[in-house]
Amino acid sequence: MSKIAVSTTVNGDPAEFLCDAGESLLDALRGSLGLTGSKEGCGSGDCGACTVMLNGQMVCSCLVLAVEAEGKSIATIEGVAEGSVLHPVQRQFLEHGALQCGFCTPGFIVAAKALLEVNPDPDETEIRYWLAGNLCRCTGYDKIVRAVSAAAAELRQERSAA
Amino acid sequence: MTVQTYHAPRTREEAVALLAADPAARVLSGGTDLIVQMRAGRAAPSSIVDIKNISAMQAVLGNDGRYTIGAAMPCTGLLRDEGLCKAWPGVVEAANLIGSVQVRNRATMGGNLCNASPAADSVPALIAAGATVLVVGPAGMREVPVEDIPVSPGKTSLAAGEFVAEIRLPVRPPRSADAYLRSIPRTEMDIAVVGAGVSLTLDEAGTCTAARVALGAVAPTAIVVPEAGAALVGTKLDDAALDAMAAAVRAACRPIDDKRGTAEYRTAMAGVLAKRTALIAAARARGEA
Amino acid sequence: MNAPEPKGKFRVVGTRPVRPDGIDKVTGKAIYGPDFVTAGMIQGAILRSPHAHARIRSIDTSKAEALPGVKAVVTSADFPGQSAKIIAAGETSSSLQNIAATCMANGKVLYIGHAVAAVAATTKAIAEAALKLIVVDYEVLPHVIEVEEALAEGAPILHEGMITKGLDPAPDRPSNASMVFTLAGGDVDAALAASAVTVSGHYRTAPVHQGYIEPHACVASWNADGQGQLWISSQGHFDLRNQTASVLHMPSSDLRTYPLEIGGGFGGKTGIYLEPVAMLLSRKAGRPVRLTMSREDVFNASGPAPGIVADITIGASEDGTLTALKLEFWNQAGAFPGSTIHSGVMTALGAYRLPAYFARGWDVVSNFAGTKAYRAPGAPQVAFVVESCLDDIARKLGIDALDLRLKNAARPGDPGPTRVPHGAIGYVECLEAAKAHPHWSAPLGPNQGRGVAGAFWGNYGGQSTAAVALAADGSVQVTTGSPDIGGSRASMAIMAAETLGVPYESVRVTIADTGSIGYSMVTGGSRVTFATGKAVIGAAQKVIATLVERAASLFGVEPGQVEWRDGAAHCLDGERAGESLSISAIAGKAGQFSGPIVAELAVNPLDYLPAFAVHICDTEVDPETGNVSIIRYTTVQDVGTAIHPDYVEGQMQGGAVQGIGWALNEAYVFDGNGRMENPGFLDYRMPVASDLPMIDTVMVEVPNPAHPYGVKGVGEAPIVPPLAAVANAVARATGLPMRQLPLSPDRVWAAIQAAK
Repeated sequence: MSKIAVSTTVNGDPAEFLCDAGESLLDALRGSLGLTGSKEGCGSGDCGACTVMLNGQMVCSCLVLAVEAEGKSIATIEGVAEGSVLHPVQRQFLEHGALQCGFCTPGFIVAAKALLEVNPDPDETEIRYWLAGNLCRCTGYDKIVRAVSAAAAELRQERSAA
Repeated sequence: MTVQTYHAPRTREEAVALLAADPAARVLSGGTDLIVQMRAGRAAPSSIVDIKNISAMQAVLGNDGRYTIGAAMPCTGLLRDEGLCKAWPGVVEAANLIGSVQVRNRATMGGNLCNASPAADSVPALIAAGATVLVVGPAGMREVPVEDIPVSPGKTSLAAGEFVAEIRLPVRPPRSADAYLRSIPRTEMDIAVVGAGVSLTLDEAGTCTAARVALGAVAPTAIVVPEAGAALVGTKLDDAALDAMAAAVRAACRPIDDKRGTAEYRTAMAGVLAKRTALIAAARARGEA
Repeated sequence: MNAPEPKGKFRVVGTRPVRPDGIDKVTGKAIYGPDFVTAGMIQGAILRSPHAHARIRSIDTSKAEALPGVKAVVTSADFPGQSAKIIAAGETSSSLQNIAATCMANGKVLYIGHAVAAVAATTKAIAEAALKLIVVDYEVLPHVIEVEEALAEGAPILHEGMITKGLDPAPDRPSNASMVFTLAGGDVDAALAASAVTVSGHYRTAPVHQGYIEPHACVASWNADGQGQLWISSQGHFDLRNQTASVLHMPSSDLRTYPLEIGGGFGGKTGIYLEPVAMLLSRKAGRPVRLTMSREDVFNASGPAPGIVADITIGASEDGTLTALKLEFWNQAGAFPGSTIHSGVMTALGAYRLPAYFARGWDVVSNFAGTKAYRAPGAPQVAFVVESCLDDIARKLGIDALDLRLKNAARPGDPGPTRVPHGAIGYVECLEAAKAHPHWSAPLGPNQGRGVAGAFWGNYGGQSTAAVALAADGSVQVTTGSPDIGGSRASMAIMAAETLGVPYESVRVTIADTGSIGYSMVTGGSRVTFATGKAVIGAAQKVIATLVERAASLFGVEPGQVEWRDGAAHCLDGERAGESLSISAIAGKAGQFSGPIVAELAVNPLDYLPAFAVHICDTEVDPETGNVSIIRYTTVQDVGTAIHPDYVEGQMQGGAVQGIGWALNEAYVFDGNGRMENPGFLDYRMPVASDLPMIDTVMVEVPNPAHPYGVKGVGEAPIVPPLAAVANAVARATGLPMRQLPLSPDRVWAAIQAAK
């Protein structure tokens, strides 16, 4: 079985890798590209720990074939901060103690950032339903919801100041 | 995974040829079922034919009140078409109950239908809507009612080499609306224990002139219950009519006991949900919701 | 120095700084179990049993070994022989035989998913292909899952020759009951007969999983000279090292074990599953080997918590004073003995004054994965039984549910679960705080019900080692061997900074491998902030003693004339009275003294205190569907002193939500072949964000006088009350008893129908 060469863009940079036809994008990110920030909690799209953005849409990278990345644009947790400057969602997760073990955190941060891009002022219910595809077993979600709300407020303030 | 090759055809014809060339090929749409099955060893295609790059396969086209939805249109994409959301709120809400946002950004109604799970959320809504699908294959094209596609859990009526290319929704008469509800233990991320889709039309006086009721997860496939629709026609959806409809729904149920619910519970819920769904559809038809 | 300082005096304790490992965890840089890679590493895979109970007649691995790319194949034949010696296995203990058999079936498979062989190959795909070439000849045996089946006359016996311990006289025939534990006092039957009211109930819960999101993973490397290395994600790399080394008959010091970040454990990562298998594969292959579990493996083959069957009777006088409690329960232990019946019995007896009592727990094995500790192991199930029954008493007598508990709550000096008097416990304070909380008196709507439950967890101390070292610039390095699951690096830094009088940011915390610091027990039993904290504080105090000594020498005075305050040595006497020397000024002069300033301390404190908690839950029940919504939830807990309140609240919220999941939907569902039907997150329904309201927290602080800052463990108590709090709320919303968990919609609906 020969490998397939894939050219794609990851976090704004060109990236190339070889994969099997049936390989998941998650395995390619973690294995071939060494981007282990996206986690595998289930491999079946039920936990959201592998959430990445594919052409601007958040998806479970375990439910995408690596070959589908050809010519597309992928954004992972490793690209959320701009250099050493944390995104407000990342900073508010830290300020609110919204992580305990931290294993689900990359998926939550990618998903929360995606929410705030389409809904700058989500209420609690909207946050909870948007994040329902991300399982957290440590926090009971309370501090995650607060952190996302605070990040939304911070981003709204940044926008109105700009 | 044993899959050897991946194809991303640009035309229906190319896809048909690829599927004809490999009887063990599988069509990839959103992948949210197929990739999970491949990983679990429940599907082992020798090649994959990704239909997402075919023209119009990820589009919603409205034309004279009819809607054509590409089979690979992600569920969340339906939300971006205001006309579709207004004409078919039940279909759109059913498709947008599947999985999570992450899953719905990939999952498609075409895949939901062809996966042939009796619990598929969008299927009862499509059946209630009277939707058809355009099937493309080596023998040409044919239009088939949605309810004729699944034949048993995991099995469809599609012949070798055929695939679903479009989902078609008919013209809506005035004062028509649809709705879909499902029963799940959590609020999200569950497979329907029971699903109920209702599509109906009212006259100016508020009397129901047409109704279709469809159910999921109460039989080997999603089913339409003509007796349930008939129980609503000619009524103003008063309690007696709703009770009669619910009784028809329960009588049509042939559910199983499994990890997701007992047969007894499923039958009872089918009646409860069908009533609630009919009331939502009627309120929408009256312009109240 | 053992008296707690008044709260107002703390500079750092009680503040909420950002955790030191935070940035790595929000940017994807932190390396967890499945992320670690080492040079030359190859991939392993495990063949698992398709039968719930079977004898292994033979295993033929020859075809797998011949597959190109396969570097090693291992079966139980590669394990050394094991004795029945009992060793520590995380929060519990187990025999070496059973610890080894948990990693690889020996002669018999005891559950679906039991490991029977393993392969290491150059790729995961080749390893998995090789598994398919292994031929196992099974003699399938009848299996049992439920306690009643396991104890039935003629039931298949899992462990041949197992005689129930703890019964007098001992039974003369083997059974699936491994052990009985009983605590009794007074004449319970007479006391019940004389009670004004009694309430009885039969209760049942299903096995549930800890549900950590990170599957088990490890990398092992074992060289020809006998020395090995393990990289693991666990709650205690020292204990997992000891277990692995014991099973492999190697000296512990030959197995250097490195802790990776851990993606949740909740008790489930206190024992070994993959480690010895990876070691044996590595020795054969001559390469480092990675083994990982899939989510399905995690459900099928790693420790759930036991289900329970229980019968209870509680008696009370007319005014609600409890007279007697009689409880007998049977734990569904899974394939191996050692479920947590002791803590179950203690849970029944520690929270209330009971003139007469009898509590007996049975440890019963059956054919699913051997159960493991899960957050307050053994307690939530029993608290569900006791606190539900108490609610029945309150309703029967027409007494407010909190008043009934207040009337009978254990106070300091009252007998604890083992009749040792309670120390400075805060149950009454928690009940009063719950009563005063606006939640308790808020109005309820139709189909809504409010439940309350109280409970405690005994907590633990245990062995810990910590080192505190100063750099020449005065910055502080704290080293422990306690894996950080939920922010303990932050609490260690806070306590060190508080003790030394330095800024939080000048303290950095490392969790060292087994070659770099002395032994620490697992992170479990709510012990780390207490026990490892004591080691850190004690080591910091030793550092202060050195700083004071050296400052005195620099000031030219006796150490008694130097005071350590606010991170500096202050000269109290002599010519230089009023002068001070900062920590960096002293540390920078290490070359003038006997070398760098460093102190290590090993502790084994026994003066821990239990944590009490009270939860209030409002539910709304859809009477037509049986769906239960949690509409409001408040947790009240005696936390001793909250070192980092964010992470204390986080423990309270997370524990409450795990308990809510346990109460509402989580359960192992088995088919007739003993196969778990729901081994994935789709159908093993843990709570998602949209299922829940905000979880309100009230931290009651009744300090532990034996800890310098008053710490009591906080991690486990929050999972003990929710099962009963939710069930009591549903019972009050429906007017029907709810004595079997989970309260899934079909079960609640069926109860409503049955009552019609």
